[in-house]
Amino acid sequence: MPFTILKKQELVPTVHQMDIAAPRVAEKAMPGQFVILRIDECGERIPLTIADFDAADGTVTLIFQEIGKTTRQLASLGAGDSIADLAGPLGCASTIEKFGTVVCVGGGVGIAPIFPIARGLMKAGNKVISIIGARSADILFWEERMKEASSELHVTTDDGTKGHHGFVTDIVQNVIESGEQVDRVIAIGPPVMMRAVAGVTKPFGIKTVVSLNPIMVDGTGMCGACRVLVGGVTKFACVDGPEFDAHEVDFTLLMSRLTMYLPEEKEALDYKVAEEPAV
Amino acid sequence: MKMKTESKPEKRPKMVKQSPSERRSNFEEVALGYNRYEAVAEANRCLNCKKPPCIEGCPVGVDIPRFIRQIAEEDFDSAVLTLKSTNSLPAICGRVCPQETQCEAVCVLGKGGKGDPIAIGGLERFVADYEMEEGVTIPDLRASTGRRVAVVGAGPAGLTAAAELAKMGHAVTVFESLHAAGGVLVYGIPEFRLPKSIVAAEVDFIRRLGVDMLMNSVIGKIGTVDELLREYDAVFLGTGAGLPSFLGIDGENLNGVYSANEFLTRVNLMKAYLFPEFDTPVKKGRRTIVVGGGNVAMDSARCALRLGAGEVTIVYRRGEDELPARAEEVLNAKEEGIIFRLLTNPIRILGDENNWVTCMECVNMELCEPDESGRCRPVPVPETEHIIPADVVVIAIGTSPNPLVSMTTPDLETAGYGTIVADETGATSKPGVFAGGDIVTGSATVISAMGAGKVAAKAIDEYVKGAVRL
Repeated sequence: MPFTILKKQELVPTVHQMDIAAPRVAEKAMPGQFVILRIDECGERIPLTIADFDAADGTVTLIFQEIGKTTRQLASLGAGDSIADLAGPLGCASTIEKFGTVVCVGGGVGIAPIFPIARGLMKAGNKVISIIGARSADILFWEERMKEASSELHVTTDDGTKGHHGFVTDIVQNVIESGEQVDRVIAIGPPVMMRAVAGVTKPFGIKTVVSLNPIMVDGTGMCGACRVLVGGVTKFACVDGPEFDAHEVDFTLLMSRLTMYLPEEKEALDYKVAEEPAV
Repeated sequence: MKMKTESKPEKRPKMVKQSPSERRSNFEEVALGYNRYEAVAEANRCLNCKKPPCIEGCPVGVDIPRFIRQIAEEDFDSAVLTLKSTNSLPAICGRVCPQETQCEAVCVLGKGGKGDPIAIGGLERFVADYEMEEGVTIPDLRASTGRRVAVVGAGPAGLTAAAELAKMGHAVTVFESLHAAGGVLVYGIPEFRLPKSIVAAEVDFIRRLGVDMLMNSVIGKIGTVDELLREYDAVFLGTGAGLPSFLGIDGENLNGVYSANEFLTRVNLMKAYLFPEFDTPVKKGRRTIVVGGGNVAMDSARCALRLGAGEVTIVYRRGEDELPARAEEVLNAKEEGIIFRLLTNPIRILGDENNWVTCMECVNMELCEPDESGRCRPVPVPETEHIIPADVVVIAIGTSPNPLVSMTTPDLETAGYGTIVADETGATSKPGVFAGGDIVTGSATVISAMGAGKVAAKAIDEYVKGAVRL
């Protein structure tokens, strides 16, 4: 049974939002969980963290950036089109309870999955200080949504075109040093960003959680492609995670495993381009 | 007319195979099956024993002498009906069942080493393939009982239970976590041993029995067993042994190191051998090492070879006699040029500065006293450490049950390694919940899982008929 795309929107260049009809997934989805999708019979299975869900409408919202063959193909689809498979919600949900003050950090496309977590934490009665960052103002999205889901919102851009000129870690540092009693930090974004946030919070002993995005195939604990090292122990991100204690994660291993198929990713993209009719 | 025993040939016809030099570079089926002349001739060797031991040797109790007699009479349509009345997946069983340790092992013709047992597997495959060519007929279904059964997992156990229950008139819904039905038949066993079109055809047969199959439905995530019990009169758990085991040695997280599950899933389910026409890649090593000696290790090694690895080595800590793989598959692998380094055990996997695997350090082993499992315990021979170069390593040392269902079903009794406890009928500690296959036994064979699915279907039938509906 295919899954129909109800709405599709290019939020910023190469970053797309897609609302997909998946009532059974939407009914069970929780912040922090992900889905595995496959576009068609020839497609690969890729994990995408759930950016939003609406049980009443039966929809799941996904946000993705065009990087490789699959995400480019996905971006070419629009409302009314459908994808072959969508399995989920997978992985463990984010721990949402009243911690006190929680800093939520979203970098790049990581702003999408941090949103439902921030909203959940707000609902649970926390003071939520959100920090979202991007390379540049023109690729920053969901600022309004994040504002609504947070007690206060900070924006950073690497090039200074919006908000603080610099990195999200600068603000994390500032917030902690301002004397704010931070009880928990949750950071989602590129591995380098998550590693940097972990580096900032570690000296202060603040519990910090990151959501890892290794390569996956089945997403149900069957293949072990998503092996990550946490506290010296091998874990499967798909079933044991995707959230882990940032201070225990071996980010070097994570980053090296993410490069495993770079040559093949390029080959797949070249093949797709060659197959496309010349314009 | 029945011929006299003495005049019968002692040997079975050899099944035609693709030649090793040809097949080592393609994913097409290796064994090509009997033609009708070979099948009829082979069927004519059957003694038609009064008390046929072969039926006892079959985990699903196929009436073997009957379908063989029907082949001998060239009444293939009746042979189809005989087979299908007890086995819903004959084209699969004919290919992957270890007949040599089951029905064929007890065949009177093979006793005393005088001759070959009847090629029951080859004949089963012949009949099933005949049916597929002629067009599959769907049996008349029993009137609906109004009872609903949920089956979790579309592998051999689940598919069999679903088919049996549907034939009994129950409304069956199968929940499968992957995007295709078949379980290990689609993700694990390679195309060259079991073409996926065959699996698809047999799954389609079960669909046409009226079974509703929902893909992408991970029970434990999309719903719990307790939630299923609110909608269904009974639940069958056939979730298999899907969790890959690793060795626990240094270097297992290096790039290029795979679990057999991942390697085979990429190649078989995701069709990585057709990359980039299909999107999923797999590393094509120049030198591949496969650790393990079972059928999964043989499958992994033979896939690696077909992907273009120049050198594929199986590293197994016991000896030739202890290899758990089917003898035929070991022979196939050897013919294709797979190198066997037996009595060899990995110590650690080494990599380069970019985290890519470069080689494996191993040690020679020798066999000592048999352990509790009855197999000889291998122990390392001092000062025999050595290096085997590799750019892909596949760990094929077994799997354990996937905990997704048991984790979310607190009152379901489990045992060591996470297997679900079930009695001989498949009943678990939880009323209305039955289980069978690898999730109960730990990793075993396709046919034993099918046998368990069949037995549980009977018990479920009795349970739902007797159950008071709330």
